[in-house]
Amino acid sequence: MNIELEELAKEFGTERALHPVSLFIPSGALISLLGPSGSGKTTLLRILAGLEFPTSGRVRFDGADATGLSVQDRRAGFVFQHYALFRHMTVFENVAYGLRARPRRERPTEAEIGRRVTRLLDLIQLPDIGARYPNQLSGGQRQRVALARALAIEPRMLLLDEPFGALDARVRKELRQGLREIHDNTGLTTVFVTHDQEEAMELADLVVVMSMGRIEQVGKPAEIRARPATEFVRTFTAV
Amino acid sequence: MSDIVLSRPVPVTTEPPLARALLVGLAILFVAIFLFAPLATVFAEALAQGWRGMIAALSLPDAQAAIRMTLSIAVIAVPLNAVFGIAAAWAIAKFDFRGKAFLITLIDLPFSVSPVVAGLMLVLLFGANSSLGVWLMAHDIRIVFAFPGILLATLFVTFPFVARELIPVMIEQGRTEEEAALTLGASGWRTFFTVTLPNIRWALLYGVLLCNARAMGEFGAVAVVSGKIRGETATMPTMVEMFFNEYLSVAAFTLASVLAMLALLTLLLKSLLEWRHADLLAATCRH
Repeated sequence: MNIELEELAKEFGTERALHPVSLFIPSGALISLLGPSGSGKTTLLRILAGLEFPTSGRVRFDGADATGLSVQDRRAGFVFQHYALFRHMTVFENVAYGLRARPRRERPTEAEIGRRVTRLLDLIQLPDIGARYPNQLSGGQRQRVALARALAIEPRMLLLDEPFGALDARVRKELRQGLREIHDNTGLTTVFVTHDQEEAMELADLVVVMSMGRIEQVGKPAEIRARPATEFVRTFTAV
Repeated sequence: MSDIVLSRPVPVTTEPPLARALLVGLAILFVAIFLFAPLATVFAEALAQGWRGMIAALSLPDAQAAIRMTLSIAVIAVPLNAVFGIAAAWAIAKFDFRGKAFLITLIDLPFSVSPVVAGLMLVLLFGANSSLGVWLMAHDIRIVFAFPGILLATLFVTFPFVARELIPVMIEQGRTEEEAALTLGASGWRTFFTVTLPNIRWALLYGVLLCNARAMGEFGAVAVVSGKIRGETATMPTMVEMFFNEYLSVAAFTLASVLAMLALLTLLLKSLLEWRHADLLAATCRH
């Protein structure tokens, strides 16, 4: 599914979080929104998910207007910064949540839910943790469970907010590889937010550099390295 | 000098035995004098004429009417305030709006207002001296010196308990789990019942227990608004006072011990629930 943003702006009271920005995300791309805190990258991601609504501008999914589409109807798999796993549910129930939340007609049978959750836990290479609670998992495991939970709803796109922010360097590398593989296998349009330029450059096909609620540059990592469009991009992406 | 330190290690994590014994002793003494002794006295006085005296006191129509009144008030007031408390805490913790600080202050109001004043307020508002009271009388609706008045007074006095207990917990938990549920396709109600409510259930239980204890034990506001009509509007606490003033000490203390037993029962219930769900409690509290 491709995503098109047209003159999207967001204000919180008198504060401008996002100046009108336009962006085209091709179907199946793995793109990164890169910028320092306060650059508007998380706001942009939350607007894509339907957790915030823009003050003005349009969002289009495959050309169809989705600006007013409710968060439930967007079917965006969202991985939160601190994972936001349901702490009173087992890992199995966390992953099954989206399937159980479907209207009765579309809800899979209990056996089917079990099969799908098992398959997802295999996919994240944690097949035996279904019975555990989130606080019995390591940070890296929680992150992967959050990913499995987001994938369970058969999302139309995958959105990740600082997915590796709270992890140590080794786990981070491993999970980057894992996300790359899942993206390549599912072909989902994937957008992740990060403030780590190395992460963005290494993982993404396309990097969107943001600052102060504006898009500074959009390009392939090599392009951005070779030809930074503004002084900000040059200093921010300097190693 | 370092040799001395090494040969005689000084424990840094615990006090010397004498200090420990002294502190533990003081704590026990305090609990004995201020908690246990008064409670024991209540039961001892109730049993001054043996079980027969106690049973006779309990079969007094006034005592039975008071027990019925207190229980019916609690049965209605506690669920209502649980719902109001959840609604208020939900609004305050999960949404941003103008006047939020004012709403928090308003929730605390019943704590800062003396219960007697609260009762008086209701009498002035609904009593025969106000135009509202006159209108109510003309339509034969009795609020003051009747069940609705006692219920309103109890609702007012016990309003903050559930909300106060829930607000910090809900603020601490933030909104992201709810947001996660929404992105997974859950409706608002489903999110509330499957994510929000399970996460606050322990705080809610404590709030409800505190609310219940106060609802059954409230004296000041109820005394003013009920008019303390025996057999009609007297609740357990007000009936205890009336028995006591009439030198019916066995009856007074018997009723007081029933009240104390109800409180102990709620505590027992709480401990039982915590014990039965100890695993879940350990697994789901943060970190």
